Amino acid sequence: MIGRLLVLLPVWAWLLVFVAAPAAILLAIALGEADSGIPPFRLAWSLAGFGMLVEDSYYLDALLTALRIAAMTAGCCLLIAYPMAMGIARAAPGRRVLLLAALMLPFWTGFLLRVGAWIGLLRDEGWINGVLISLGITDAPLPLLYTEGAMLVGMVHAYLPFAVLPLFAALVRLDPTLGEAAADLGARPAVAFVTVTLPATLPAAIAAFLLVFIPAAGEFVIPELMGPPEAQLVGRVLWQEFFQNRDWPVAAALAVALLVLLLVPIRLFQRLEAQS
Amino acid sequence: MRRGHFVALAMGAGYVFLWLPIILLVAYAFSADRIPFQWGGFSLQWFVALAANERVVEAALLSLRIAAGAATLAVLLGGAAGWALARYGRFRGRAIFGALIGAPLVLPEVVTGLSLLLLFVALESMTGWPEGRGAFTVLLAHATLGAAFVAVVVQSRLAETDRSLEEAAMDLGATPFTAFRTVTLPLIAPALAAGWLLAFTLSLDDVVIASFVSGPQGTTLPMALFAMLRRGLTPEVNALGAVVVLGVGAMLAVAALLLRGRGDSR
Repeated sequence: MIGRLLVLLPVWAWLLVFVAAPAAILLAIALGEADSGIPPFRLAWSLAGFGMLVEDSYYLDALLTALRIAAMTAGCCLLIAYPMAMGIARAAPGRRVLLLAALMLPFWTGFLLRVGAWIGLLRDEGWINGVLISLGITDAPLPLLYTEGAMLVGMVHAYLPFAVLPLFAALVRLDPTLGEAAADLGARPAVAFVTVTLPATLPAAIAAFLLVFIPAAGEFVIPELMGPPEAQLVGRVLWQEFFQNRDWPVAAALAVALLVLLLVPIRLFQRLEAQS
Repeated sequence: MRRGHFVALAMGAGYVFLWLPIILLVAYAFSADRIPFQWGGFSLQWFVALAANERVVEAALLSLRIAAGAATLAVLLGGAAGWALARYGRFRGRAIFGALIGAPLVLPEVVTGLSLLLLFVALESMTGWPEGRGAFTVLLAHATLGAAFVAVVVQSRLAETDRSLEEAAMDLGATPFTAFRTVTLPLIAPALAAGWLLAFTLSLDDVVIASFVSGPQGTTLPMALFAMLRRGLTPEVNALGAVVVLGVGAMLAVAALLLRGRGDSR
């Protein structure tokens, strides 16, 4: 019993100080008012910060744009991840290990370095434009970077492994004779996929979608470095309110609003995880 | 087209998409051209420039120290939390305990970073601790994040291990502590090592949380790299990419060889 307390007490203390207390302080400051002092707010228990989020379409747009981009990122990830996961699941065990390693290795090379690589490919004087000009496809460099497309490519690249892994785990457990039976009964590959594979792996597909969607909704770095200036996603707006405008209550209110919007996806994801 | 061909082709395209930017990043690190991703003949000059860039070297050393400290703390905390969740049954407050330890897994980075910064500001104004912000506050934040991942890994490993081994040791007269040290700890050691490595990598890769909770004296490598990318790409970024990719690749190759040597590879 004393042993239990010795294990539990330090962890409880840590969690209360570094997880529970920050959440409470975040909510308290979201209910505060901006002030010119240090730190730049005072506690007021007012809903002014949240009122601004509803009244000023700038903040509402930031939340909705972030959800839209996150959904597009997760959708693209699923489209690319399905055939990859199917290919890996079908490979012989020895090759499977190599394919999984090749999937995870980019993840180990550093998120910012991969963003740097895409900037090098997509810039006006970048590699892709260099190739296009030397092939005579275009005379002037195409504006590829700082577009919504560039931002999406960067985000899909960053999150793709997260989508492949849950799909792979579900596909490996799937009985391969199901697909063969469908083929024997005359189903074309596409029909067999839609009628057999897809329904059997749907929970994993939803989990994969959410695993990308949830972190992508708060993404700051890729919109900032690769997106167009007008792509004001909530992560970016929160950052600017905090670091440039020093409006802590509005930044905190945005964080709370983002959390509330993500609550349903997060609960759904946790339920799917608990089932599998 | 047959289904097998389509899947293989699409899978190949996915791997090209994942790998092409990284391969080009590394390849052009060896180019003499001042403009990144332009070939100007073979040269190692950007590696020399990178090694002479004091800001980057200092940030890299600081990041490695923070990551090692945060990962060690994360293993202690997350290991204890995973143990409690796997072995203590329905102890009081279990649901809240589980939600708190797992929260950093699902919270967006900007939310975690902002709320931890607000905590450090409030703590300092109330108790005077922690004095200012920098490497130490980043370490605390990264330990909290890492502990969430370690707890998951350790809990699932414990769920797979056979408790009767421990009980057998105790039936044979071992104290609970001895049973833990000689039976359970070796069983969960791989999970602890994997959790440490995961927490270490997460810390080395984080720019958002660190930017919030750090101070003027605590510029980590990702923070320095983010500033470099904002100012505009230079071939030094390519050189850094080559160092990281080749370093990680070499480490994985050594690990794979060691595992094969022990006959564990499956």
